[in-house]
Amino acid sequence: MMEWLEPIQKMLGSAWLPIWTVLKIVAIVLPLMGAVAYLTLAERKVIGWMQIRIGPNRVGYFGLLQPLADGLKLLMKEIIVPSGANKFLFIIAPILTLMPALAVWAVIPFNAELVVANVNAGLLYVLAMASLGVYGVIIAGWASNSKYAFLGSLRSAAQIVSYEIAMGFALVTVLMAAQSLNLGDIVRGQQGAHGLLNWYFIPLFPMFVVYFISGVAETNRAPFDVAEGESEIVAGFHVEYSGMAFALFFLGEYANMILVSFLTSIMFLGGWLSPVPFLPDSILWMFIKVAFVLFLFLWFRATFPRYRYDQLMRLGWKVFIPVSLIWVVVVGAWMQTSYWLW
Amino acid sequence: MEKIKEFFKTFLLIELLKGMALTGRYMFARKITVQFPDEKTPQGYRFRGLHAQRRYPNGEERCIGCKLCEAVCPALAIKIEVAERADGTRRTTQYDIDLTKCIFCGFCEESCPVDAIVETRIFEYHGEKRGDLYYTKPMLLAVGDKHEAQIAKDRASDAKYR
Repeated sequence: MMEWLEPIQKMLGSAWLPIWTVLKIVAIVLPLMGAVAYLTLAERKVIGWMQIRIGPNRVGYFGLLQPLADGLKLLMKEIIVPSGANKFLFIIAPILTLMPALAVWAVIPFNAELVVANVNAGLLYVLAMASLGVYGVIIAGWASNSKYAFLGSLRSAAQIVSYEIAMGFALVTVLMAAQSLNLGDIVRGQQGAHGLLNWYFIPLFPMFVVYFISGVAETNRAPFDVAEGESEIVAGFHVEYSGMAFALFFLGEYANMILVSFLTSIMFLGGWLSPVPFLPDSILWMFIKVAFVLFLFLWFRATFPRYRYDQLMRLGWKVFIPVSLIWVVVVGAWMQTSYWLW
Repeated sequence: MEKIKEFFKTFLLIELLKGMALTGRYMFARKITVQFPDEKTPQGYRFRGLHAQRRYPNGEERCIGCKLCEAVCPALAIKIEVAERADGTRRTTQYDIDLTKCIFCGFCEESCPVDAIVETRIFEYHGEKRGDLYYTKPMLLAVGDKHEAQIAKDRASDAKYR
């Protein structure tokens, strides 16, 4: 597939590998940034439609230039560091939020060949990176030297930690079913003669729901956006941020949304596999599934009111963790019987 | 039994799915947005927008400087100075409305015995620097002169209810 690159490879010698890796990273990060930008537009449009409005339509046809205008505005704005803030941590926090959200993309397989790093413990790496994101939020809230920011970051830290447990258990069932931690192998484990009936969302349906809802909570999206809680604590952990520093939080949040959508598609919805046997597997299926899951994110935000903080904790600890624990046992037992068809 | 029913209702997310069905339906509903500069909603003849001072058909200004509007103004937005004119009539030498203070309650218009100060249908106006929204007597008279036809028509429509 890559034969035409060989002369360049020979010319560059040992410099080839880093250059090729950087190129691959750029090839993922740039489209991702574009996707984030247009996800904000899609969000405003979809939520607008659901509220019988029409959403942005002034900047460019159908509002298509709106993300560019927003980005330009944020770039031009001044980054204000509040007095009494810890300047170093204040600046580093948005970077700490965005960085893990981008780092996870290394192990995401887009189709059978297209993956930057085919790591065997890919799922573990995903979990590790996803839980790093919370540090950005905590540090941002603490370094701002503001009570709203601090409250927001405390809430979100507790929330993310709680939901990570249920999320972890949900993923345990997936790796039991797939017998692998490699994301590519997890998708291949869902291959079969029956198309979408072979995907894991059927035997693991409760875990699919738990994982997705935890994913929504993990990314601090509505109805679990108590970390921001505009009506209660102004904007939560990023209340003191402006300009590009704020935009980095925004990018991180939306990149995480896209990431959770990719993971949901890979682990429960068969990744790049075709839902019906007579159509070929393709990267397009992956994008269709991701778009559907992202649409669910927006649909949730347009539909549900925000959880109260104690309800949020109750849902995490008293509902999701017991349910996922039970389902781990059920799946384990099920797999020992002859009724396990996946 | 009721409790078990309730449990399954919550646990199986029935209510949440109902909510999502509702918003899903509305996504395809006809949108009610009015795209403002291109489309406008209808206005009533009692609309209370930018103020104007009116004149009689012979060109004489109506205001006699009774200061009722100044007295009734709840926002203290009106400032009036009065003096005797050369022909012996009582006229204002200063009649200012600070539109940044005004709350557009319409009391000035209601209190006016000669229908001199009125609120027009104009609501798309702006100031670009400090003081632009401090309307003085010539500015108010100019608004009145420009929109007299509309103002007179609106007063006539409302006359039978006053």
